[in-house]
Amino acid sequence: MGRHVLLIEDEPNIAEAIRFILNRDGWQVSTHANGADAVAQVNRLRPDVLILDVMLPGQSGYDILGQLRQLPECAALPVLMLTAKSQGRDRDAAQQFGADMFITKPFSNADILAAVRSLAQGESGDAGKVAE
Amino acid sequence: MRERRLAAGIAQADLARAVGISASYLNLIEHNRRRISDAILGRLATGLGVEPALLAEGAEGGAAQDMRAAALLGLGSKPELDRIDELLGRFPGWADLLAEQYRRIGHLERMVAALNDRISHDPHLSLALHEVLSAVSSVRSTAAILAETEDIEPEWRARFHGNLHADSERLAVGAEALVAYLDGSEQAADTGATAPQEELESWLAENHWHFDALELGGGGPQALAADIAALASAAARSLAQDWVEQAAQDAKRLPLAAFEAALAQDAQGDPLRLARRFGCDVLAVFRRLAFRKGATDGLVMCDGSGALLVCKRVEGFSVPRHGAACPLWPLYSALSRPSQPVAALVEMPGMVPQQFFLRAFCAATYPQGIAGPELRTGAMLISKRGPAAGGSEAGAALPVGSTCRICPRAGCIARREPSIIPQTA
Repeated sequence: MGRHVLLIEDEPNIAEAIRFILNRDGWQVSTHANGADAVAQVNRLRPDVLILDVMLPGQSGYDILGQLRQLPECAALPVLMLTAKSQGRDRDAAQQFGADMFITKPFSNADILAAVRSLAQGESGDAGKVAE
Repeated sequence: MRERRLAAGIAQADLARAVGISASYLNLIEHNRRRISDAILGRLATGLGVEPALLAEGAEGGAAQDMRAAALLGLGSKPELDRIDELLGRFPGWADLLAEQYRRIGHLERMVAALNDRISHDPHLSLALHEVLSAVSSVRSTAAILAETEDIEPEWRARFHGNLHADSERLAVGAEALVAYLDGSEQAADTGATAPQEELESWLAENHWHFDALELGGGGPQALAADIAALASAAARSLAQDWVEQAAQDAKRLPLAAFEAALAQDAQGDPLRLARRFGCDVLAVFRRLAFRKGATDGLVMCDGSGALLVCKRVEGFSVPRHGAACPLWPLYSALSRPSQPVAALVEMPGMVPQQFFLRAFCAATYPQGIAGPELRTGAMLISKRGPAAGGSEAGAALPVGSTCRICPRAGCIARREPSIIPQTA
């Protein structure tokens, strides 16, 4: 497993913080802020782990994930979703659309790091491993 | 009086015969639609075996009436209805407490419905919460980096300090807007957090949905210019301007005196007959029936998508603020077949189920002519019929709700999502 993370998040300061944390842990991080062309971006960059926000301009994180899971080359891509804690239905939807893990905002840096590390080690596809 | 008669197991017709009045007249008395003379009150009391004062007390409403309603509600227990007078007489303090709690539950029930509606469907609230959560996430993550990374480079430190400052500013503004919105204060309108339609309806409700200035001989929409200008948001001012212009047109087409005279001759206030008589469209009659001075009927209007445009509320008939209403309302049947009226007696769930007579109509228009799209407007008049009666009357009413999320009806054929409140049969 490589060390490349693609972060799709439209909040620049959140993206900057996550990038900093992961860079320090040795990850190469690419960021993208728009939902509309996110699927194309994933296809182009082929990351090892995808971090995907739910509320994005252009297209929601669920829609993006749904399209990715239809593509054979992205069907097994480890995906960590960032959802809003107040929206309980987000959790069900994240699992339904095929997220491997999700973390609710506001998250701790340690949780993000631990989630990305475990996804990179292949601990995915198990609903029981969904982070709270 | 009705509760006492039912508790005593006396048929309406039997009591009416014993008292010397018609059963239909007794029915009107029992539903508070006729005043009652002292002589008939005395004969009814004799027929029911109670003191006339007790019946008069019930007619006056207040704590005793609420207590009886609470007793009928039951909530799983079986209160001794036949001993209610004893409780009232011997323990007035407990009786008051019971009545007060009954009223409080009703108030909370309505509040839960309103808050649920707001939290579930209000796009303004959803965006405001998202804004606050995003700022909090950023602050938490950035602050942790600054606190926990000992060897952070100076340029990164400066950058994160800047981010922290910007996010704290954003958080302060977002939190303030959110608090103002939840308070329903004027400030919420200034920040754009209150829906314009909500602001318009609040203004109309304050004025009892009627303005004398819009009647013939009044000052017209111009007379309300200052009132409209005082509304907080530009969107609400625009909606209010449209509303008063429409109301002024309705007043011109359906002059108040003539309309009231026609209503006096048509006890049912049939909107189709009235429209034919005045040579105007049916929706204008719907609006006139609901918005004339002193009108007690409510009105809901929607566009072709079902989105609610206007809502004059009636107590007991809960209308969700942000659409997604009960699909069993005649409003939606009418929407699917323009120009065909739909009427139904319905029952709304609640502590004491209430019945309403609903009349709905849909008008289709073609603003761009035959080649242009069809626009539909639906309207539904809401007339309160009072607490649901038992027996055959209850069976005749169609069980409806407000919105699935807070509807307690189990096994509803039209349910689109589970309810968050306990289900009843």
